[in-house]
Amino acid sequence: MSLVIHNLHARVVGGQEILRGLNLEIEKGRVHAIMGPNGSGKSTLSKIIAGHPDYEVTGGEVLLDGVNILGMEPDARSRAGLFLAFQYPVEIPGVSNANFIRAALQARLAAGEELEATEYYGDLYKEMDRLEIPRGFTARSVNEGFSGGEKKRNEVLQMAMLKPSYAILDETDSGLDIDALKIVAAGVNAQRGPNIGMLVITHYQRLLDYIVPDVVHVLVGGRIVRTAGPELAYELESKGYDWIKDELEAAATA
Amino acid sequence: MSDSLLQDAPSTAAHPLPDWFRKNQKAAAARFDTLPMPTRRDESWRFSNLKAVDPQDFAPARPVAPELAAALLSRSHGLKSPAGSTVFANDRLLAHQLSPALAAQGVLWLPIEEALQSHGELLKGHLLKNTPLLGSDKFLALHQASLRAGSFLYVPKGVHIEAPLQTFHWVAGSGQAVFPHTLVVAEEGSSATVVDWFKSEGEARNLSIAANDLVVAKDAKVHYVSVQDWSRQSVSLHSNNTNVAAGGAALHLGLHLGGVYSRSESVSRLEGAGARSEMLAATVADGAQEFDQRTLQEHGSPDTYSDLLYKNALYDRAKTIVSGLIRVAPHAHRTDAYQKVRNLILSPDAEANSLPGLEILADQVRCSHGATTGEIDPDELFYMQSRGIRSTDAYRLITFGFLNEVLDRLPHEELRSQLQDALKARLRGH
Repeated sequence: MSLVIHNLHARVVGGQEILRGLNLEIEKGRVHAIMGPNGSGKSTLSKIIAGHPDYEVTGGEVLLDGVNILGMEPDARSRAGLFLAFQYPVEIPGVSNANFIRAALQARLAAGEELEATEYYGDLYKEMDRLEIPRGFTARSVNEGFSGGEKKRNEVLQMAMLKPSYAILDETDSGLDIDALKIVAAGVNAQRGPNIGMLVITHYQRLLDYIVPDVVHVLVGGRIVRTAGPELAYELESKGYDWIKDELEAAATA
Repeated sequence: MSDSLLQDAPSTAAHPLPDWFRKNQKAAAARFDTLPMPTRRDESWRFSNLKAVDPQDFAPARPVAPELAAALLSRSHGLKSPAGSTVFANDRLLAHQLSPALAAQGVLWLPIEEALQSHGELLKGHLLKNTPLLGSDKFLALHQASLRAGSFLYVPKGVHIEAPLQTFHWVAGSGQAVFPHTLVVAEEGSSATVVDWFKSEGEARNLSIAANDLVVAKDAKVHYVSVQDWSRQSVSLHSNNTNVAAGGAALHLGLHLGGVYSRSESVSRLEGAGARSEMLAATVADGAQEFDQRTLQEHGSPDTYSDLLYKNALYDRAKTIVSGLIRVAPHAHRTDAYQKVRNLILSPDAEANSLPGLEILADQVRCSHGATTGEIDPDELFYMQSRGIRSTDAYRLITFGFLNEVLDRLPHEELRSQLQDALKARLRGH
């Protein structure tokens, strides 16, 4: 059981190709990290997998437990077991967090079936406590007026409630101070286990001190150019990305 | 055109109505006859579809049959424990109650005809005393001439009523016209919340010309909510007058759902120093519905505050108009006045008109007005979909959120949740 990205080519609709033959397999029970310089295609990858309408796939496939999800609407992908934690979570004025998460869970039920309210709030409060989110949060509008830390905690809360098979965390560390980062990371770590595969996208090694990956990939120019253990993240942290680019150029001209 | 409507003016049956009231009704009937029908050339009727408004198509409502009356009563679901509750059908009283504890404190909650008979002097100084300023002179004349149904609330000095008082106005049968009225007099330092539900039995075409007077004395607080849920063929005109004395605070919220043509006029007169008024409206317009909204924030004293937020969600070929004026008198210094109109366009054929206006004659004034018109934000849509919510449900939820921002301004939780239910029932996916 895995999320397989095979020879993926993609671009902004009508624009330049950003992903150029990307291959990656995320197995259930494992945490993969993708690191890469700005502009390497990290965020594009997450949006493509989630089905963002601004991007188009020009080749390849994404298989979720063997099923190609690229022709599916974003909501169908989510219900199939995919989750994207946004780098910039969106504000939805007038819709309470409780109603929002409830609607997402309701969407997973068969027609005519109703979510059981008491059970729902029980689960919600349990996960909120784990993420140190105060109860008043449920009545607030989705992400509206939230601090960076609150927004990211809300992403992790949604992930905990929706229980995806595969989760992509896009720059979950951006905008967080160290205390917020620790809480968010603890929330993510609590969800690790044999039933979920994770892809952590980050520019900095810092996040990977708290969410320790099994595998680290380096993305440059729309392709995975290097794959190794967690030690690769430290190497990138101390040496930057240029040495990899230099090596690639050397290989290309050799 | 007025004959059929006026010949059946209210009966004065067992107890006579006060002379002043009957005199006013007679004068109003004459006024209705002589005043010309407004036209779109009148500034206050710009863009309005006046063709939809022809009183000639309607006659004063006849009483409903007893079985229907019983059915409507059982459908008058309101708050679990309102402070008072009154139900009318076709302008006839079906039921009425007031919490005995409040009655003991001197609170009056009466059907307006009964109030005229028993407390005429109390009503005399307040009932339809304001000069119409927003264009409906002729229709208000007909309202006054035909007035027989509605609620009168009197809150004595210092009395606080926690639970809302509710009135249901039902209309049934084709071509029937009703003239609901709500008069609230809140004495110094008192507070109350009042809600009017306007509902049709079935899909028949009706006319409603409603009006209310909210009289907020010094340091008093009145929240008034109207839910316009008439049938989709009906014509509705509703005029609100809010008068706020020094230190008083009013909140007026309209949830506009029904009618083929629906006009609401709302005037807040901030008459004493420090008076406050919130003017709120949430409108769902679809099909060929037109919602025509005219407002005036009249600042007549220093240190007064008014805040208007009107939101419209438009589907299909629907049309909305919001024309609002903020007027600050020369001596009304340090006035804060805000006016925000937000339109959410859900169809390329919908039409939202916003006509803001300012007339400021005082100093040190903070005023702002702004109108925006937009569509569903694709980022919000994608975010919802990425959580598994189908796009049709996401559209509905985002639209709900857009309008719910207005309902969220209402502090009373149970009432707010009822309004939210009424709103949800009215929204569609995409």
